[in-house]
Amino acid sequence: MNVLLRRLLGVVPTLAGVVVATFVLTRILPGDPAVFFTSSPSADAATIEAVRQKLGLDQPLWRQFVIYVGALLRGDLGQSITTGQPVLTDLLQRLPASAELTIVAFALAVAVAIPLGVAAALRPGSLVDHLCRLIATAGVSLPTFVTGLLLIYLFYYLAGVAPEPMGRLDPFATAPPRLTGFLLIDALAARNGEVFVSAARQLILPAATMAIFALAPLARMTRAAMIASLGSDFVRTARANGLKWRTIVVTYALRNALLPIITTLGMVFSYMLGANVLVERVFAWPGIGSYALDALIGLDYAPVQGFMLAMAAIFVAINLIVDIAYSIADPRTGLFGHA
Amino acid sequence: MSAPLLTIEDLTLSFATRRGTVRALEGVSFEVRAGEMVGLVGESGSGKSVTAYAAMGLLDASARIASGRAVFAGRDLLTLPRRELDELRGRDISMVFQNPRAALNPIRPVGRQIADVLARHAAAGRAEIEARTLDALRQVRIADPERRARALPHELSGGMCQRVGIAMALACRPKLLIADEPTTGLDVTTQAVVMDLLREAARANGASAVLITHDLALAAEYCERIVVMHAGHVVETAPVAELFGAPRHPYTGRLLASAPSGAATIEALTPIAGALPDLRRDDLPPCRFAERCERRAADCAAPSLRLEPCGPDHRVACRHPT
Repeated sequence: MNVLLRRLLGVVPTLAGVVVATFVLTRILPGDPAVFFTSSPSADAATIEAVRQKLGLDQPLWRQFVIYVGALLRGDLGQSITTGQPVLTDLLQRLPASAELTIVAFALAVAVAIPLGVAAALRPGSLVDHLCRLIATAGVSLPTFVTGLLLIYLFYYLAGVAPEPMGRLDPFATAPPRLTGFLLIDALAARNGEVFVSAARQLILPAATMAIFALAPLARMTRAAMIASLGSDFVRTARANGLKWRTIVVTYALRNALLPIITTLGMVFSYMLGANVLVERVFAWPGIGSYALDALIGLDYAPVQGFMLAMAAIFVAINLIVDIAYSIADPRTGLFGHA
Repeated sequence: MSAPLLTIEDLTLSFATRRGTVRALEGVSFEVRAGEMVGLVGESGSGKSVTAYAAMGLLDASARIASGRAVFAGRDLLTLPRRELDELRGRDISMVFQNPRAALNPIRPVGRQIADVLARHAAAGRAEIEARTLDALRQVRIADPERRARALPHELSGGMCQRVGIAMALACRPKLLIADEPTTGLDVTTQAVVMDLLREAARANGASAVLITHDLALAAEYCERIVVMHAGHVVETAPVAELFGAPRHPYTGRLLASAPSGAATIEALTPIAGALPDLRRDDLPPCRFAERCERRAADCAAPSLRLEPCGPDHRVACRHPT
């Protein structure tokens, strides 16, 4: 547990680095927000100067940074100029949409990739193995927005089985009372089957788009790790002792193959956070990805900084979870001791 | 002389590789009698382990068995359905491997691994399996078995891992134990301890054993009979004293001359000239040792060379034995 505490403390410098990086990055972006937000071609220099002062942009850079950090410490991520709301409120409101999409896509990818990789490893050169390779190659070579558009074209435009790719809910459905912000859960809590189905139908295409993207590295790693552990000496020992096929595959081979798979899971989840931005744009998904993209195009600093900070925090949290999961899966780390 | 427990008969098998067919075994025949320890001796690549793997059903997918039988207690292991083979393996025949640490699951406590084997083959409750696991560890002289049972392989020394390997192999009291280079990678003092344990444990269980080794001196010390293999052929089989006293096959003679115990000084050691023939060749001679042999004659190239009796319990595959 001591190790865990140390690992948690290690997060602090990482986050501090992110704070500096986000601040500097947003300041060196081209464009002048003061000019942008004056939003009138006839505005004179005095008006622009007034806006600049109001935004605090007339201060020297170091003072702007001190003000920014001071506000951060008070939990204030600043004000979005475009929505007129505090960034924290905006993020919290949109985060569940992104989280729901990412988690469902992640679960989908894991549910498909791991069995597929295991099946491919059990029969190298078989049909399943070729299918695994095909999916892995497709997932790597197709950018998410292309997959997304392709799925929309196939299932919405041609087949007509998917709903219009416009956000999280059918425009005619009413959202359930907000509990968690996760529509699927809120609909269940409200015992509203109709909304649940509607939300699930909206979710399926974007989630599939992201899952296809996440599938490739996962399936490939599962296959490779399983082939390695199935060919290992200890699996041979297990076979020589006549252990049941299931025991050999699950308890001996898969349990060992899980270690590299867990590491890959963490990486894949992080990639998905990035992929989110484009997928949300394609499916008009009201998540934090599209929020940040709008803010970036609108030279709205505070939301961009808030978004990057939130992403960094999630990223760090995922790494921590991966570390813990790894320690549980591998008793050799001695973190969650056996013996 | 008791009836054979395991009879390998005319076993011929090859591996299909990307660079040709490797004719790994040809007409391999020998037997293991109840209660005896047989040494399977030869250079690396002579087919010792492949023979054992074939009998245990552990061959690679690339292996093709062309002919032969491996009869164990009246049943041919090579044609036994998977399910029945799995009933036998670990219960009636078991195997101890080289590289003891790698042969154990790195993330499963060693006691659990022994218990897995017991649970598979013995109809016993949890408590009994646990007790028998500890017994198995005690039998290989592991002190404090309760604590050691919870250890992971990396927490144990190589010698200790091999003791666990032996305990696992003997847990179900098999009739036949195959030990594949069980002391490779262990230091010399540990080797002796492990070999003593192996012999003792096999005797205590009344099990027969096959010791696969390239170390003739080791085989001489622990085995009753020795089967000498060369390039996928059995070239000579004889009781230890007979083999050492009067080796008939030129290869056996050379093996003895190259082993440290057979020579007074290092200078007197003679390496075996030449190398094993490339088993991918299409023109392998009937005697695969012929090209390295100083006794070679014209009729050595004649086909159908067989293992022929040449003394009490002594057989050799050579037309010009010494």
